[in-house]
Amino acid sequence: MSPETLPGPEALVQVEDLGVEFGDVRAVDSVTFTLERGGALGLVGESGSGKSTVASALLGLHRGTGARVTGSVRVGGTDVGAATDAELRRLRGPVAAMVFQDPLSSLDPYYAVGDQIAEVYRAHSGASRRAARARAVDVLDRVGIADAARRARSRPHEFSGGMRQRALIAMALACEPELIVADEPTTALDVTVQAQILDLLHALREETGMGLLLVTHDVGVAAESVDDVLVMRGGRVVERGAVAQVLGAPQETYTKDLLSAVPRVDAARDHRPAGTAAEGDVVVEAEGLRREFGRGRRAFAAVDGVSLSVRRGETLGIVGESGSGKTTLGRMLVGLLEPTAGQLRHGGAEKSGKGVVPGVQMVFQDPVSSLNPRRSVGESVADPLRARGDRDEDAIRARVRDLMERVGLDPAHYGRYPHEFSGGQRQRVGIARALAAEPRLIVCDEPVSALDVTTQAQVTALLAELQRELGLALVFVAHDLAVVRQVSDRVAVMRRGRIVEYGTVDEVYGSPQDPYTRQLLAAVPALDPVAAASRRAARRVSSAGAVGKELAAA
Amino acid sequence: MTASTPVATKSRGLTDGLTAGLGGLLGGGFTGFVVRRALGAVITLFVLSVVIYAVFYVAPGDVAQITCGPRCSPAQVQQVSEQLRLDDPLYTRYLDFLRGIFAGQDYSTGTSVLHCDAPCLGLSYQTDQQVTELILNKVPVTGSLAIGAMVLWLILGVGTGVLSAWRRGRATERILTAVTLAGTATPVFVIGLLLMILICGRLQWLPFPQYVPFTEDPQQWAWNLLLPWVSLALIEAAKYARLTRSSMLETLAEDHVRTFRAYGIGERSIVGKHALRGALAPVIALSANDFGSMFGGALLTETLFGLPGLGRELVQAVRVVDLPVVVGMVLVTGFFVVLANAVADVLYAVADRRVVLS
Repeated sequence: MSPETLPGPEALVQVEDLGVEFGDVRAVDSVTFTLERGGALGLVGESGSGKSTVASALLGLHRGTGARVTGSVRVGGTDVGAATDAELRRLRGPVAAMVFQDPLSSLDPYYAVGDQIAEVYRAHSGASRRAARARAVDVLDRVGIADAARRARSRPHEFSGGMRQRALIAMALACEPELIVADEPTTALDVTVQAQILDLLHALREETGMGLLLVTHDVGVAAESVDDVLVMRGGRVVERGAVAQVLGAPQETYTKDLLSAVPRVDAARDHRPAGTAAEGDVVVEAEGLRREFGRGRRAFAAVDGVSLSVRRGETLGIVGESGSGKTTLGRMLVGLLEPTAGQLRHGGAEKSGKGVVPGVQMVFQDPVSSLNPRRSVGESVADPLRARGDRDEDAIRARVRDLMERVGLDPAHYGRYPHEFSGGQRQRVGIARALAAEPRLIVCDEPVSALDVTTQAQVTALLAELQRELGLALVFVAHDLAVVRQVSDRVAVMRRGRIVEYGTVDEVYGSPQDPYTRQLLAAVPALDPVAAASRRAARRVSSAGAVGKELAAA
Repeated sequence: MTASTPVATKSRGLTDGLTAGLGGLLGGGFTGFVVRRALGAVITLFVLSVVIYAVFYVAPGDVAQITCGPRCSPAQVQQVSEQLRLDDPLYTRYLDFLRGIFAGQDYSTGTSVLHCDAPCLGLSYQTDQQVTELILNKVPVTGSLAIGAMVLWLILGVGTGVLSAWRRGRATERILTAVTLAGTATPVFVIGLLLMILICGRLQWLPFPQYVPFTEDPQQWAWNLLLPWVSLALIEAAKYARLTRSSMLETLAEDHVRTFRAYGIGERSIVGKHALRGALAPVIALSANDFGSMFGGALLTETLFGLPGLGRELVQAVRVVDLPVVVGMVLVTGFFVVLANAVADVLYAVADRRVVLS
């Protein structure tokens, strides 16, 4: 990719000086790039960097939305800006097909998956209904949906997340496009399923020679999948080049910062002395904890026979994929859910009665919905103080201001409302609220998974700092193996309600004993493209085995 | 399974107690859903009957005195009271009432015995006529009015709503919004009266409405009802247009609509197929409610056009405190509302199988 030379007529995508404005906001500013036929380009950036806006511009999706698009976009020989509506429709699908993020809402819930693919195929090929349906089964089979003829008649909600994402890729394939534009295609998926989807895209490219434009916030995903990469920030391209070069030897400060903020699953944590926590008192201890949901035939155990303990000043990481029971476990530790069986001891005493345990607090995943939008953040932070019976308003306010300062917020923002803060700041409010009642233990449920990597790094650093100063015990529940490695002293790996591996960080990540742990670790995208390629090869070999077959159904 | 909650409001019918899960596909899960929903409807009706019976018969005022009339002597009032068994405890009377619905009942008038057939809702205090018969005679009138008007208002309302959502921000939408707003704000007796004066009086295109049973002459039936239908539909359509419009705007902004746009599917298919289907759910719910309650509430329209329907009968019965008729009418109205809601819930589930799961 060389923007200086005039792109030849054969280039698949030519974007020149692209700008997109929504009202007064300039979302994309003078972006220029080309993508040759069969090439793979990654657009990498944090939220608000304009990467998805660029992807939408390739298919002319801004038309009619009120956005102002300047510059020139040519895809497969069509000038997207000047094309008529009919020309645009012919471009969308047969030339460039989009694979969207969040696959549950990206398919029509009322129609069978196969019918939706068939509709798209028929719109462009003019094929008969019967032929289009056969085509849909064909492409579903090709993306690895088992028993495609039958599953084509299923509706989207009957598919798992991974299968829906496969179905969206199948829809793209149906029209045999020259270019696939994939917008965060794996963001909503578990790490093992993510690896499968990326492997699938890779295999399809090898097979059909399609070009790929991949939009992602995850540098590791880009490293696995593309040849060249553009790093975007605030609507502009800050760095571009071959993926090995940009990720291996970044030139720009922003790229360097971004890369250093990415938690590494292959590097030991460095920001705290090991072993400080091992000797503290036990803050919480669980034995044979079990929790069932549903009744009768539909009953299932979300958590099944879990035993663990957390000491003062220590962080226990609980890692697992969706449905592994990690959130249920976290909620039981706080007392938000009652265990069906098993014992829970807080500070050596058996938990008695129902309800939340004093001295235990929780930080939630979504800092948007876990704060009341109609109350000021200061009031939200003050809630636990009032709940425990504090009545002196001046003292409460003083304490809240202290707490806000402590977590890096401006105490003068006491009266502001959640929507006036960024995601990272809102999570800081959540942490301040958890700290308010001076807890011994804080259970953090996916505290950083909704945040950009640089913000993620700041929030985890804050948690570590607070832990050091206050001697807090932390339980850190997350799906992200790299983040858990960076913040934890000990780790429990959960699968289907059980702990399959439990030990110190070095033991679990250094020499995993359980096959599931090994498989999880193998699925984490590597930042180094060479390593990524060799791991992909390794996954190919192992997917011939039994574990792979089981996962293909996911 | 707790689908048997007494008051099945629509949302409760949809969500409450249907935690079944049940494997997901149509098969047993769907049948189970329908069965649970029907059971819920039956229980709702039962509770409704208790409440209505209690409310009307416990209400203050001497029923015997009112029934007998102001000029009755105390002895006569006493006789009426015995005839109506007003001295028996309320619950035995209710149980008899309930038995009457399923098995029929005999009433003694002092001199003779009147039999009341199986779905017996009692006898009119005033005329000794069977309430069931009385109501059944009126149902075709109100039913004709309701069905015709609903078809019209759905076509008008949903059509207008879809059009104005699709043409959002353009002149079409602004004109449609103004028209529907005017429609909502105008009472039926204004529109109906104006139409009647203009079309039946001045222009003489249509006869002044007069109910002709469908079985007698379908053409005259439709011809005579056309004006009531149109007047009622114009008012109701406005409500439906606004609902459809906002619902369509929501579904048009959904991600799956974006998917089909990004694959070059034409606007007609996107609007008419993918967006409209999702937008219809609240429309179905509202029409079920409206259709059901028309059996008790098309009063103004019936009075205006002189149609001998349930609404007029109810007013008449209330005026003379003919309690068996009033109770029967309210129960039948309730029956239609509950039935229509149950049907709407099942329609929901047919349209969107996820309902069965939730």
